[in-house]
Amino acid sequence: MRQHKLALCAMHFPQWMVEQTQRFIEKYRMFTPDDRVLVAVSGGKDSLSLWDILWQLGYNVDGVYIALGIDGGFGYSQKSQALCEKFADQRGLKLMVIDAPQQIGVTIPELAKVTQRGKNKPCSVCGLTKRHLLDRVALERKYDVLATGHNLDDEAAVLFGNTLNWHIGYLHRQSPVLPARHAGLVRKVKPLCRFYEREMAAYALVRGIEYIYEECPHAEGSTTIYYKSLLNQLEADRPGAKLSFYLSFLQAKQRGLFAQPQEGEEGVGAGGERLYTCPSCGGPTTVEGLCAFCRMVEKVK
Amino acid sequence: METVKIVLRDQEYEVKSGMTLRDALAKLGINRESVLATRQGELITDDEILLPGETIRLVAVISGGSAKA
Repeated sequence: MRQHKLALCAMHFPQWMVEQTQRFIEKYRMFTPDDRVLVAVSGGKDSLSLWDILWQLGYNVDGVYIALGIDGGFGYSQKSQALCEKFADQRGLKLMVIDAPQQIGVTIPELAKVTQRGKNKPCSVCGLTKRHLLDRVALERKYDVLATGHNLDDEAAVLFGNTLNWHIGYLHRQSPVLPARHAGLVRKVKPLCRFYEREMAAYALVRGIEYIYEECPHAEGSTTIYYKSLLNQLEADRPGAKLSFYLSFLQAKQRGLFAQPQEGEEGVGAGGERLYTCPSCGGPTTVEGLCAFCRMVEKVK
Repeated sequence: METVKIVLRDQEYEVKSGMTLRDALAKLGINRESVLATRQGELITDDEILLPGETIRLVAVISGGSAKA
């Protein structure tokens, strides 16, 4: 790990990752041992490793998998789900499976076609659906917090994109902890936000975690992957550049660089906008009437 | 001089043995930040010398949909 000037053996590396995760959970006040934690798992290396780490730390943690009905010619969703189920079975953990097509009536790719949202790619529809269903399941089943497997490369890529376009609202929102700003939202945390993606893959390999190696068939050519490649070129020449980019941003935010007058208030979005309540699902919306998810699902009916 | 096979997803490359993994990746134009290297299932570091006739498997580490679960 050139960014830390640290090299560890196969025995001490996973131990270090677990200890560091605990340190980040405490540093950013993500949750405590008394909280019920729900981990959103996709079958990928990050989310399954996160579940493994939190389980080892002894947290009260269950998993949730959103089945999206994506095939891609090799049964992407089915394979991912099977890996999550196997992971949970091996450790005696509770996994909930939410079938998105059953909830909506169509698969994610079909929904994208019907709604024409997201320029011929289902990623936007997929993201919106996952966020909605994850909030709903976490609130309905009374979890205190939803943990996701975002790693530092994910965060740095998002930060890079938002900085290139000066999306101040998104920059203001990006954080290791997203407070619940509305009764229809659950508190969200990213305990892996300071680990490189390479470290997460190494952790999964060393721990023998079986994860889906194939990329989502719709991710090919995604902007996120492009930004990650650019940042990795920078990292190769300047070890620690990605970590410094992200941490400097968090420090700048803490010093008030993106401060807004209504920050942290319930019923106010991260960008300072007012949040209304969707009359259909009870979720948040920035405009009066149905929320974006319910408007999208309306088009299928 | 015997060669070393380097495998990344469905791509296979050949390089000369005796060089470090770091040099081999640079020669192939593969960014070392985006992969992990394994020898017989065990992770190896960038300064490892590649041995004649062996196969090194690279694990791509980058993933990226729009919203992670």
